[in-house]
Amino acid sequence: METATKESAPTLRTNALLNALKQIVRAREFFLVVLIVFIAIVLHLETGHFLTGRNMRAIALGFSAHGIMAVGMAAALVSGGFDLSVGSVYAVGGVVTAVALREDMAFGGLPIELAMALGTLAGVIAGFINGLLITKAGINPFITTLGMMSIARGVGYVITEGSPIARLPQEFFKYGQGAAFFGIPNVILIALVIIFIGDILMRRSAVFRQIYYVGGNPEAARLSGINVDRVRIGVFTLSGMLAAFAGVLSVSRFTVADPGTGMGFELQVIAACIIGGASLNGGKGTVLGALLGLIFVGFINNGMVQLRVPVYWQNLAMGVILLVAVGSDTLSQRLQARPRVKRTEA
Amino acid sequence: MPPLLQASGIVKQFPGTLALDRVQLDLYPGEIHAVVGENGAGKSTLMKILSGVYTADAGEILFEGRRVTPSTPREALQLGIAIVHQELSLVPPLTVAENIFPGRLPTNWLGFVKYGQLFRDARRVLDDLDVHVDPRALVSDISIANQQLVEIAKALSQNCKVLILDEPTSALTEREVEILFSLLKRLAAQGVGILYISHKLDEIFRLSDRITVLRDGQYIGTVKTAEATTDMIIRMMVGRELGSMYPPKADEIGQPLLEVRDLRLPGSSAKINLALRAGEIVGVAGLIGAGRTELARAIFGVDPITDGQILLDGKPISISSPSEAIQHRIGYLPEDRKAAGLFLDMSVKWNIESVNRPAVTSYGFVNPNREAELAREYISRLEISTPSIEQEVRRLSGGNQQKVLVAKWLAIRPRVFMVDEPTRGVDVGAKSEIHHLLRELAAAGVAVMMISSELPEILGLSDRILVMHNGAIVAELDGNAATEEQIMHYASGQAAVAV
Repeated sequence: METATKESAPTLRTNALLNALKQIVRAREFFLVVLIVFIAIVLHLETGHFLTGRNMRAIALGFSAHGIMAVGMAAALVSGGFDLSVGSVYAVGGVVTAVALREDMAFGGLPIELAMALGTLAGVIAGFINGLLITKAGINPFITTLGMMSIARGVGYVITEGSPIARLPQEFFKYGQGAAFFGIPNVILIALVIIFIGDILMRRSAVFRQIYYVGGNPEAARLSGINVDRVRIGVFTLSGMLAAFAGVLSVSRFTVADPGTGMGFELQVIAACIIGGASLNGGKGTVLGALLGLIFVGFINNGMVQLRVPVYWQNLAMGVILLVAVGSDTLSQRLQARPRVKRTEA
Repeated sequence: MPPLLQASGIVKQFPGTLALDRVQLDLYPGEIHAVVGENGAGKSTLMKILSGVYTADAGEILFEGRRVTPSTPREALQLGIAIVHQELSLVPPLTVAENIFPGRLPTNWLGFVKYGQLFRDARRVLDDLDVHVDPRALVSDISIANQQLVEIAKALSQNCKVLILDEPTSALTEREVEILFSLLKRLAAQGVGILYISHKLDEIFRLSDRITVLRDGQYIGTVKTAEATTDMIIRMMVGRELGSMYPPKADEIGQPLLEVRDLRLPGSSAKINLALRAGEIVGVAGLIGAGRTELARAIFGVDPITDGQILLDGKPISISSPSEAIQHRIGYLPEDRKAAGLFLDMSVKWNIESVNRPAVTSYGFVNPNREAELAREYISRLEISTPSIEQEVRRLSGGNQQKVLVAKWLAIRPRVFMVDEPTRGVDVGAKSEIHHLLRELAAAGVAVMMISSELPEILGLSDRILVMHNGAIVAELDGNAATEEQIMHYASGQAAVAV
């Protein structure tokens, strides 16, 4: 540290450039892109049809709902929390929309867009309650969202009495099954748009920037004039909203609202975010990273299917990948941190 | 008498830095030996080598004449070398006794702890040191000063011959420091050798027998305290003459900017009245728990006031959150920069803009050019030494971290600036820079309120001194005429009725 005292402006600028370059190379995203390309090439050479439009489309379709949820989850992780209830809220969102659409049920058949909004609103409410419990009642995010995970799942079952809701209006399916541009399925486009906007907002928006400060050091954030509670409530509300919206879209795609769907999504999405560089300690992570984490997981899953790895192995493999990804990160951080001990105070 | 501990030619290399370059040190039984140097001089590294946290790359350590190479803290302890770190290593939810004998708890044949014996043993250790702490008390319930004493008791209970203390007084009040010092002197009289690291030269002159000075990882020299002067030590530490330690005081003081009327702190019945005027530095002295930090936090809206009134420019305002205080351009630099001040894992840039976020925002989005500009402006203004604006604050030295913290508050161009222990854990050079900066701010018309537990700092910098005791302001003294004795007299509550 002592070497870099009081540089003149030009050196500072060249250094900044060099540093920016170093940061890009050192960033988790860069590493992941390299890894993803590598895996894709290996799988393609191995199977001969991995990098085809059809296969890519299948992977993207399979993970579009996760992609939407990952935006909210990334925000939750950056804020220093996480949301275990997204899988259940995903199911509830779909169920509420389906109920609202059916003429023979409680709402007597609402217009399609209104029914979709209502389903999404269910997620907003669940997320808002999560936020309130975490901030105002001081229950930690793990317990709060674990509780909400169970409650939302229960609500879905109570509403449907356990059986899936089908016989929905044909018109509703255009969102989930259509392909409005260049034959790319709508659900993929919608997911990409949400991810894109989410990434820009997290990167640049002044409001979203507060999430990083809150996750980095809540006390310092409070003393810096940030309304920490409001930010946390906002983040969980966002996460609930996106999860429910993803659920609504999936009903439109599969034509059936199943109260038991989305189980385990929360862990898959959290894993993708963590592989993408988010930290459970908060203050770190990007939406882009979460997307790359998801692509990585998606490629591995798909690759295993293509290579005819028995299904039973897939859970095992995913767990190992998560631990290796996070473990290597922690280790490299610790290695980097070693000289720091001296540098900060010698 | 042969030395107890003798280190010579110690070299320690870290990636990118030579932390210690052929450093030497010797310690005699019964001696209190101070080790001083600016941040980054290598004091802590040397102590970590002596106590087995690090291993030296070269050099030799003789302990009681035998060559030793402690490679873990446990080995050092077995030799009889114990260290009390700056950050205490006690376990708060356990009792004092359990903390004194960790890993050495007396157990019965079933492996259960024999608490009766444990508490008796702890009592004996504490009594030997004349420390009045209940061994059954939870560490989380006793004061920081007592925690420090427990930490020393823990070290001594393992029969240590060399006791190393790293900045032990940074969280203590004057009176607690006295208790610690008398304990250290008694230990020395019993033949324990004490290595004492501190930034506070006045303490070192009061306590030590000899002083060793390090600078930039090099051994500069060892002098007998009785033959040394403050100026001489500072010269050795910084390698240059520091101008006058404190900047000259204000010659012109303006109108009251911020006034507090009949404010009552929680748990106190006293009403606080004060005015902070443009152009002056008001020092707030008092013991820990006197309500100094609580006062600043109340004004800043962290713990909003329930009783009383705050006026800005003569008009009553209500502040119910920090963001409202910031809108009135009131700044508050908290005492604990790591816990409450900085975002340690974030860049210098993000830290500097963390309060004045609107300055780098246009149309709701953060503007990278304005971010860089703002960061560069304050890096150069405060001479923050960092390789880039993207550097993680965690990787900066203590002094530079503190400057980043000051910078983030200067970025709102405060009219009223309350600073809480602004130079805690900061080296002599950075300390003086911060003092001059506070004076410049005042001269530019800012009302500065400085809370400090360091009396020389209070006396050297303040135009006016408020002394607090038990949630009340018990004295207002002229910064040019007050003395340490006077302040201590009021701070300890001996004259609470007089004002």
